[in-house]
Amino acid sequence: MRALKRFGAEAVALVLATVIFLVPFSFMVLTAVKDEVQSLDLDFAWPANWPVVENFVRVVEARDYVLLRAYVNSTILTVASVALIVVFAAMAAFVLQRRPGRVARVADFLVLSGLIIPPAIVPTIWLLQALGLFKTMPGLVLIEVAFNLSFAMLLFKAFIAAVPRELDEAAMIDGCGGLRLFFQVVFPLLRPVTITVILTSAVAVFNDFVNPLYFLPGDDNATVQVTLYNFQSQYNTQWNLLFMDIVLITIPPLLMFVFFNRKIVAGMTAGAIKG
Amino acid sequence: MMRTVLQVNLLTIPSGNAYVNLHRGALKRFKRTRRGVVKTSHRTLGTALAVLATAALTSCGSGSQSAADGSVTLSFLVDNSQATLDTAKALADAFMRANPTIKIDTETRPGGSEGDNIVKTRLSTGDMSDVFWYNSGSLLQALNPAQTMVDLTGDPVMAGVQKDFLPVVTQGGKVYGVPAGTAMGGGILYNRKVYDKLGLQVPKTWAEFMANNDKVKAAGITPVISTFKDTWTSQLFVLGDYYNVQAAVPAFARDYTAGKVKFATTPAARAGFDHLAEVHAKGLLNEGFGTATADQGMKLLIEGKGAHYPMLSAQLPPLVATMPQAATDVGFFGVPGSDPARNGATIWEPAALYVPKTTENLDAAKKFLAFVASPAAADAVSKAVQPAGPYRIQGAKLPDDAIQVAKDLQAYIDKGASAPALEFVSPVKGPSLEQITVAVGSGLTAPAEGAAQYDKDVEKQAKQLGLAGW
Amino acid sequence: MVTEQRARPRAEPGADRRRRARATKRRSAYPYALYLPAALVYLVIFLVPTVMAFYFALTRWTLFDSTFVGLQNFRDFLSEQNLRIGFQNTIFYAVVTSGLKVVLGLLLGVLLTSKLRLRFFLRSVVFFPVLVSTVAVGFTFSALLRPDTGLVNKALAVVGVDGRDWLGDAATALLSVALVDVWKGVGLATVIYIAGIMSIPRDYYQAVSVDGGTAWHRFRHVTLPLSWPATYSVIILSFIGGLRSFDLIWTMTRGGPGFTSDTIASIIYKQYQAGFFGLSTAGNVLLFVVVTAIVLPLNHFLGKRQVAV
Repeated sequence: MRALKRFGAEAVALVLATVIFLVPFSFMVLTAVKDEVQSLDLDFAWPANWPVVENFVRVVEARDYVLLRAYVNSTILTVASVALIVVFAAMAAFVLQRRPGRVARVADFLVLSGLIIPPAIVPTIWLLQALGLFKTMPGLVLIEVAFNLSFAMLLFKAFIAAVPRELDEAAMIDGCGGLRLFFQVVFPLLRPVTITVILTSAVAVFNDFVNPLYFLPGDDNATVQVTLYNFQSQYNTQWNLLFMDIVLITIPPLLMFVFFNRKIVAGMTAGAIKG
Repeated sequence: MMRTVLQVNLLTIPSGNAYVNLHRGALKRFKRTRRGVVKTSHRTLGTALAVLATAALTSCGSGSQSAADGSVTLSFLVDNSQATLDTAKALADAFMRANPTIKIDTETRPGGSEGDNIVKTRLSTGDMSDVFWYNSGSLLQALNPAQTMVDLTGDPVMAGVQKDFLPVVTQGGKVYGVPAGTAMGGGILYNRKVYDKLGLQVPKTWAEFMANNDKVKAAGITPVISTFKDTWTSQLFVLGDYYNVQAAVPAFARDYTAGKVKFATTPAARAGFDHLAEVHAKGLLNEGFGTATADQGMKLLIEGKGAHYPMLSAQLPPLVATMPQAATDVGFFGVPGSDPARNGATIWEPAALYVPKTTENLDAAKKFLAFVASPAAADAVSKAVQPAGPYRIQGAKLPDDAIQVAKDLQAYIDKGASAPALEFVSPVKGPSLEQITVAVGSGLTAPAEGAAQYDKDVEKQAKQLGLAGW
Repeated sequence: MVTEQRARPRAEPGADRRRRARATKRRSAYPYALYLPAALVYLVIFLVPTVMAFYFALTRWTLFDSTFVGLQNFRDFLSEQNLRIGFQNTIFYAVVTSGLKVVLGLLLGVLLTSKLRLRFFLRSVVFFPVLVSTVAVGFTFSALLRPDTGLVNKALAVVGVDGRDWLGDAATALLSVALVDVWKGVGLATVIYIAGIMSIPRDYYQAVSVDGGTAWHRFRHVTLPLSWPATYSVIILSFIGGLRSFDLIWTMTRGGPGFTSDTIASIIYKQYQAGFFGLSTAGNVLLFVVVTAIVLPLNHFLGKRQVAV
């Protein structure tokens, strides 16, 4: 009886998930494999022809294989930015949470401001020009770090609050303070939230198209989201190719997520605080 | 000295004055000081940069450089619409064949207002490509050409350009660009097969147009296609009506720029809003017009499921490849007005190529522009893209196999019955017109109220431009 | 949470000494130097340009020139024709999206950390929309919500309900976009909740089980209070996100039909697109003030609860 009930619950979850999440996805895939004329209808019809390979090749070849370069650029950008975001935000959030006072109040306010204020593009360009970082990958990495720090710090701060201070004290008695206390004792305990921060900021950086467009322009420097513009313009859109591009740039991160899913869970459980 | 100013600005909160100064001379000053500042800032940025340096990320900034063998690479920024890309490619390829020492590197940007902002940003930060493609008319005025672009007045580059075109690339008596691509018509695209089948005539007045619509509706075909998901398409009844406005009120553009006449209080100008409301109120629109896209609208028209589509003729050429009947089955007529004797069409002038002052390859850039403004360039373009209207280059002709809409438009021009759209004769254009026309065209706002809202919108823009009289 | 930890008996001898040691050692235990890298990047790359930009709120700014106009931009912004609708829509949108993200994120988080056999698959499925670009989501749902050929109305027709033009109708446009926003963003909330639930020490559940607690009991007295860090993060992040949101609205309705689904952020975006850089910056300053006025008390209130749990 119990088993039957559970089976029923699982079936319901599966059906709901399919309808709510997979129907839109299948729409994207179906549109990606239609021919250009049929894709204009943007409806849920079965493809009349199946130019799968042709669409795929056209998207990959478009503008001198820009998609492949974009993959490389996006990967570099995402990995470098996320690494810095995680380390910088975790360190700062740790002091912020542990050491209340005037400095913390200012920092708190700045974190919220970072979430609220949209970045000012043109002054940022002037600044990067002055620093000699405009139109460079390190410049864009710093931009992504600066714009995504607040989000990461908020998460870290909330979760560090749940790490008992007794641990710090114990470590301090062993003569372990500051950087070592943080990296050797506290940071490993933050694994669940660290993984979440990695996921969320990786998605934010990977899916960003405004900043690459302004701070690192040019076909050589394109990131994957910018390639969407190859098939979509103000006046005409090649829907089948646009959706093929969307599918192609969504599947690799999705596969990464699926692949790491089990590891993530293992990591999270290992990181869980033993009360 | 300069360096100190800069650093103060970087590290502290700039006072207003220092800031404006920095802003005005930004480009030159940054160029002069960049190297010095980098050193200091590296030290300042400390850890962050050290981490990055070890990550060994290299920048691959593109740009123009002269090689040892005297060859030059020109960077060329264009928008990403298919028609522009094809035209730009045809121009660049033909030019490179004739000038093997100059290589042209085409770079794309989004179109629309996102694109406007990218162009403005790159110009104002001194980072523009050697040659760039941009609209003529009011949008050009917003780029501050006197400060940012190379003055081409009287330059041999301009020799092949038709005199009629010059006003739309002129500011303060100076000329800045050469026409790229063709002019286009903004009016009613119609399905000629539907017209043949139902025995209809091209209407010369709005009343005739509405009578045609009734017959089309009776035949079970959508009379007027509207596609408000792409909001810009909703403006054609208003903007395409300008031939009739200037026929009725010849001084409209001048007085409008000076803030003396308004849409709401000028009956001829308000007619566009009235028309928009009328076709909706009479139920002449396609089902789902609120969420249909421009591409879907064109498909309805070409397949004969709709008879009329208020649209730009330039929408057709990119579709000829996949729907060949688009070349022959679709015709063009100007938005009809009230007087059959004064029937004509509104024209959108072609975009132009400009050279920013920051270019380091001025000679090569001018060579390219001179080529673009020659009949040879027009021929090269015609081979790649079906022209959507006439060229603005002396001696350039439409090919014999031009698509029907281009021929229809040429006929208006040959008759002398055409006028450029308002945005080519006045810098004033409110940014919210497309939302207002959607609201009027969906019956949410009354036409008089829509026209009044647009006047307010225009006032805001004129104030932001700092125009006299507002 | 913290108090709870403290409440547990810890009466070893040496506690006094230890406390004294803590007082002297606190400085070195939590040195401000840990702020340094984050502070530098944030200050130089974000804060300095932001302050620069705020000056331009007082100017008419074309990117090429700026003319000082005092508070004129603020007056102009406040007299914007659709500001009232925009303000109401902004609040509505933020409340609906953040509310649903918290509730659904928590439910999904609990479901996907349970012993459900399909949890790995479902986790990927729920997270997938987060990975899809906003533009793609916008186009996909615009197509699904089309009045004539859209799947939603076709499905409704099967059960005998007459659908409508969801995005083209002023009455349903904003709500439709808000629901799509939830579809896209709930994966993020879920991942945060999964982390929150995973961080709860197993002992607490064991304790409740020993006492013979039901599943509801476990949820009510362990999961819900102890995943508070996650709840706090999700509320703050999605509420601020909702107040600032315009990208999905922009791709799906452009604030339309007409101006009926405009939010403050989309009004500002339109001004920016129109090249009114000073005006749009003034709008951003005002939006910042409004959002801060709402979020600071909220943050304070939620932060207090956090310590009190």
